Amino acid sequence: MDKNIAWCPGCGNFGILNTLKQALAELNLKPQDICLVSGIGQAAKIPHYLDCFFNGLHGRALPSATAIKAVNPKLTVIAESGDGDMYGEGGKHFIHTIRRNPDITNLVHNNMVYGLTKGQASPTSQCGFMTPVQVSGVSEMPFNPIAVAISLDASFVARAFSADIEQTKEIIKAAIQHPGYALVDILQPCVSFNKVNTYQWFKDNTYYLEKEHNPCDRQAALKWALENEKFALGIFYKSEGKQVFAAKEE
Amino acid sequence: MPVLARTGNEAMAEAMRQINPDVVAAYPISPATEVVMIFSKFVADGLVDTEFVAVESEHSAMSACVGAASAGCRVMTGTSSQGLQLMSEILPIASALRQPIVLCEVNRALSGPINIHCDHSDTMAVRDFGWLQIFSENAQEAYDSVLQMIKIVEDVKVRLPGMVTTDGFIISHCMEKIETLEDAEVKTYLGEHKKMNSTLDLTKPITLGSLDLQDYYFEHRMPMAQAMIEAKEVILKVGQEFGAKYGRPYGLLEKYKLDDAEVAIVAMGSTCGTARVVIDELREKGIKAGMLKLRVFRPFPAAEVAEVLAGVKSIAVLDRSDSLSSQGGPLYTEVRSALYDAKTKPVLSNYIYGLGGREINLEDLRQIFSEQKSNQSGKIVYFGVRE
Ligand SMILES: Cc1ncc(C[n+]2csc(CCOP(=O)(O)OP(=O)(O)O)c2C)c(N)n1
Repeated sequence: MDKNIAWCPGCGNFGILNTLKQALAELNLKPQDICLVSGIGQAAKIPHYLDCFFNGLHGRALPSATAIKAVNPKLTVIAESGDGDMYGEGGKHFIHTIRRNPDITNLVHNNMVYGLTKGQASPTSQCGFMTPVQVSGVSEMPFNPIAVAISLDASFVARAFSADIEQTKEIIKAAIQHPGYALVDILQPCVSFNKVNTYQWFKDNTYYLEKEHNPCDRQAALKWALENEKFALGIFYKSEGKQVFAAKEE
Repeated sequence: MPVLARTGNEAMAEAMRQINPDVVAAYPISPATEVVMIFSKFVADGLVDTEFVAVESEHSAMSACVGAASAGCRVMTGTSSQGLQLMSEILPIASALRQPIVLCEVNRALSGPINIHCDHSDTMAVRDFGWLQIFSENAQEAYDSVLQMIKIVEDVKVRLPGMVTTDGFIISHCMEKIETLEDAEVKTYLGEHKKMNSTLDLTKPITLGSLDLQDYYFEHRMPMAQAMIEAKEVILKVGQEFGAKYGRPYGLLEKYKLDDAEVAIVAMGSTCGTARVVIDELREKGIKAGMLKLRVFRPFPAAEVAEVLAGVKSIAVLDRSDSLSSQGGPLYTEVRSALYDAKTKPVLSNYIYGLGGREINLEDLRQIFSEQKSNQSGKIVYFGVRE
C-alpha cells in the first residue's frame, strides 16, 4: 500500500478494503470500470485508497451513485459509507434508493458508532451503548437495516463481517453481480471508539445463515433479520425480476 | 471572578452550562462537536436541567430547536460548515417565527473541496437569513458574547435568533485564559426566560407557520427588517451593561489605534489578535496604522463603520471567505457600500485570505499594511494564493 492510510491500526476498514480489492480483481473489474461513491466518515475514505471515486457529502452517496449509474450504465457503481452516513444523515436516501432500485451496490461499514467524529452513537448503536454524548447509554432501539430493506422488497440484502475475508468477498461479488440495488451491511469493529462491539464480540454474536436458507423466501428472510439475539450473516433476501431504474434496453 | 484555562469550545460550553437552556438539540461535526460533547457531560452530571436531543442530522437539530422554542423554551445548539448548511432550510424559519434560538457556530470552510479548517464561508453563506451574527477574536469574547446573545435575542425589540462564532481550531481548540462569571451572577444577569406566544399556552392557542401569500407575507417580513435595525441598539446596550457590571464592555465594533490612523485594516475574528501585534510594531516605527475590528456582522453597523473610518486614507478589508460574487468578499462589499456617502473616499482594497485554514501570520499582515496604499482603489487581492 503506497498511500498514507488514515485509519487506526487494527481498524475493521482495512479488512473491508482488502476484501473489496480481491472481489473486484476476481470479477476482473479494473479501476476504469468502477465508480466508488462515498459520503463522509472513516468508511467513506475508502475510495481514496482505490483511485476510482466520487467523494460526496455526508449522507449523500446514494443519490449521486444512482445518477452516475443511470448516465453511465457500463460502470460498476458502488455506494460505500458508514452506518451513520447511510442510515442516519442519509437515511431517507436509503429508503428511496431501495424503492427506486438502481443497479448499484451499497456497502455499509457498520461499526455501530460515528468513528470520524470520535465516538457518538449512530443509528445502529446497541441499546445502552455509552458515549460522551449518550452518557447514560443509548435509549433508542437500534435501526435494523436488513429488516427495513427486506420489508421494502429490496432486490438484494446481505450482511457480512469484516474479519471473515472469504465469506465477505463472496457476498460482495454476488452483490455486485446482482442486477438491481444490493445492500451489504458489513459489521466492522471500531477499535478506538467502540469498546463494546469488538472483534471478539462480533465473533461471539454472529452466525451464518444455514445453507438451506432460501433467499427468495421473504418471510424466512424477515424472520432471520428480526432475530436480535445474535446477528445472522449471509445473503438474506433476493427479489428477482424487479424493474431496475434507468436500465437501458440492449 | 473565576479565572480558567479554556479552549474556545470549552468556553462556549461553559457559557451554555451557566445559561442552563431548556433544550439543546445537536449533531456532531468538527470543529464544533466538542461544544455539545462537553455540554452533554454537564447534562449527565446533573449540572444543568437541559433536555438534550441527540438527533440524526443538523436539519433535524434546527427543526427540534424551532419546535422547542415555539413551545416557549430557551434553546441552544452548535454546529459548523456543512452542518450549518444543512440547517439552512430551517434557519429562516427560526427567524421568521421570531424564535430567540442561540447557536454556537465554529467557523469552518464549506465543501468543496472538503476541508475542516477555519474560514468564514459557512457563516457568511447564511448571513441573510435573519440571524444576528457576532464574531469572536478569542475564547473570552466567545464566552461573553454567548451570554450576551441570550439577552439580546430575548429582548422584545429583537426576538430574532442569533449565532456567536469562533474561528475553527484557531479559537475552538486553543487553550486561553478566560475570566468567567459566577453561576449565580449569570442567573441574575439573564433573568427568567420570558415565554412569548408559546404553543403550549392553552389559554391563548396560536398557530405558527401558516400560509402567507401576496396578501400578508410582505407585512410579516417587514417587522423582521425592523427588528434587525433595532437589534443594533440592543446589542450596544447589552454590551455596555455587561462592561459596567463585569468590566469587559462590548460594542458593535472595536477601534484599535484607529482614531488618527492613515492606513488601516478591517477584519473579523482571530486575525484581529495577530493584527494588533503588527499595528503596535508599525506605530513604533511612526507609521499611523490602525484597525477596525468588526464584532457584529448582522445587523451590519454601516453608519458606525462609515463614521470610524472617516478620514483614513487607505483601508484594506480582510475577508476570510469569498462570496464568489466577482465583487470581492462579503465584508468588503458591505464596507464599500457603507462608505458610499463618505466625504473623502479612501483607497479601499479587499484581501481575501486564509481560505480553508491557510495561515495568516505577522509577515502577511505587515505586507498587507505596507502594500495597500499603492493599490488602486477597488483592487481585489486573493492573498497568498499560488498560481
Ligand atoms: C452535514 C454534516 N454533518 C456532520 C458531519 C460530520 N460527520 C462526518 S462523518 C460523521 C459520522 C461518521 O460516522 P459513520 O458514518 O458511521 O462513519 P465512520 O466514521 O464510523 O466510518 C459525521 C457526523 C458532516 N461531515 N456533514
